Amino acid sequence: MAAREPGSLRLMATLGFAGLVSGIVLVGVYLLTQPRILRNQWEALNAAIYRVLPGTTSVTTLVVREGTLSPYEGATGTVPTEQAVFAGYDEAGVLVGFAVPADGPGFMDTIKLLYGFDPGRRVIVGMQVLDSRETPGLGDKIITDERFQQNFRALAIDPSIVAVKRGEKAHPNEVDCITGATISSEAVVGILDRSAREWAPVLQPAGAARGEEGHGGRTAAR
Amino acid sequence: MAAEPQRAKALDELVKGLWRENPVFIAVLGLCPALAVTNSLTNGLVMGLATTFVLVGSSLLVSLLRKVIPRPVRISVYIIIIATFVTTVDFVLAALMPVAHKQLGAFISLIVVNCLILGRQEAFSSRNSVGLALADALGMSGGFTLALALIGAVREVLGNGSLLGYPLFGEGFEPWVIMILPPGGFLTVGVLLVLFAWGKARLERRWTS
Amino acid sequence: MDELIFIFASASVINNFTLTYFLGLCPFFGVTGRLDTAFRLGLANIFVMLITALASWVLNSFVLPYAPYLRLITFIIVIASTVQFVEMVIKKASPALFRALGIFLPLITTNCAILGLALFSTNRGYDLLEGLVYALGAGLGLTLALVIMAGLREETELAGVPKLVRGVAMSFFIAGILSMAFMGFAGLFHGS
Repeated sequence: MAAREPGSLRLMATLGFAGLVSGIVLVGVYLLTQPRILRNQWEALNAAIYRVLPGTTSVTTLVVREGTLSPYEGATGTVPTEQAVFAGYDEAGVLVGFAVPADGPGFMDTIKLLYGFDPGRRVIVGMQVLDSRETPGLGDKIITDERFQQNFRALAIDPSIVAVKRGEKAHPNEVDCITGATISSEAVVGILDRSAREWAPVLQPAGAARGEEGHGGRTAAR
Repeated sequence: MAAEPQRAKALDELVKGLWRENPVFIAVLGLCPALAVTNSLTNGLVMGLATTFVLVGSSLLVSLLRKVIPRPVRISVYIIIIATFVTTVDFVLAALMPVAHKQLGAFISLIVVNCLILGRQEAFSSRNSVGLALADALGMSGGFTLALALIGAVREVLGNGSLLGYPLFGEGFEPWVIMILPPGGFLTVGVLLVLFAWGKARLERRWTS
Repeated sequence: MDELIFIFASASVINNFTLTYFLGLCPFFGVTGRLDTAFRLGLANIFVMLITALASWVLNSFVLPYAPYLRLITFIIVIASTVQFVEMVIKKASPALFRALGIFLPLITTNCAILGLALFSTNRGYDLLEGLVYALGAGLGLTLALVIMAGLREETELAGVPKLVRGVAMSFFIAGILSMAFMGFAGLFHGS
């Protein structure tokens, strides 16, 4: 007793209807959750910025236009959708430095990090690994090892950042690597050196135009 | 139909997913997430709960609409339903538990191709009442979550010396790092599969003797 | 160019899709009884992956910025259509292969490796060329894993494996050791 086969019109209509309902539900969920999601992402990035630029109390997002820095024109308090750096200012409104995101190949996979750069003294003042997949217990010491972190409190970028074996650091531009995590440490050094070469010419102290309330540029409608 | 047999049947459906037809250890379904996200108990649990939400939701909806969905396009409709639930759980997790969401990454979205979910719709929810479909979904997701929690716990304890993030052993514990790396996933499931097969064989021998 | 080489090497061996990310396990544990079938299934996967990479780039660039919540659904539709198409082609070109692959051909749709490829690629923001190289690497890596697994399964078929371990559990142990072996590829390209 086979039922009559539904016509193609009915089939397409069913699919279309299902798609429509699904679309509506998803739009709703999206609108409900997006603000929170964007805020979470910004908060994570913001926390990292404050950590790599000690003494910062306010942050401005900057992008590069025609070779110079100008304020980011996207919504404030959100992760920028284009390549950007972040200028940090202390309570007196003095520029602390720039927080620069950088990434590159590590031992297992790409390492993403954020570092703080003081353009006046041309030193790196802080570094935080944002994302990595290094070997737990070994390579991931680049995140947990205190002594490794110490390297980045006043790391000179000239003439270039160099990796040396643990205990052999003799100059301000050298980084003491972690024994047992040489490759991951060297990867971090490579990422920092390449990024500093690229950004140092652009990140001039005078180039950071201070935003109105220190948070991004105008709130542009997207 | 008397209420008693109906209730007993529902209970049976619920329990079968936990042991007799455990999706991971007996039917070997839904493997990808089972291995990728079980490097810690927490991750395993979150993944299990996310899958539960998707499976229960989809099963309820498919069962409700089972007389209305035309046979030729039923798989496509199931997929649309499942994908909607998965996208929803992905967004909700990103909003409410950003750290867990980051750990699990794209694997939350991969729930949509978990053969377990599509399989249950085709094999069960589309042919049974809402009550039974719900019981089946809960049982299967329960079994799945238990499996992930078990694998995650074993890997975390051995490979990181911790459980739910809390260190269990003292400073001197040298973690068996390979366990939280990919090979550890394969090996853990292999051992657990053998244990389950052994357990099943022993029970069957007891019943037939 | 260095970037592309790194992406390719990473996807194919250093972070092999199957042995590191656990994607594509169904065919990995299912079809790998025979070497030649495994190889051809791998090729079919590569083809589907390349098309998926192309389509997902198009979607990501032009359509999805307006409706990011439709990402998952559109990706699935693309994958399902591509697999349908590949099925038809294989059926016409080689009915024997079609029968040999059996249920595993339509199952490419639910192969987490394909969808995983599209999602990972999106998350990493790869452009078209990077996405295609990534797909090629991932597909070749998947094929490599399938072929090695099939070969090892053939070898161990006649070995004296205890009854409880035979079958799926044995495959898992083999996979675990294979995964460990592939970890040796790490550090192939440490940047400096």
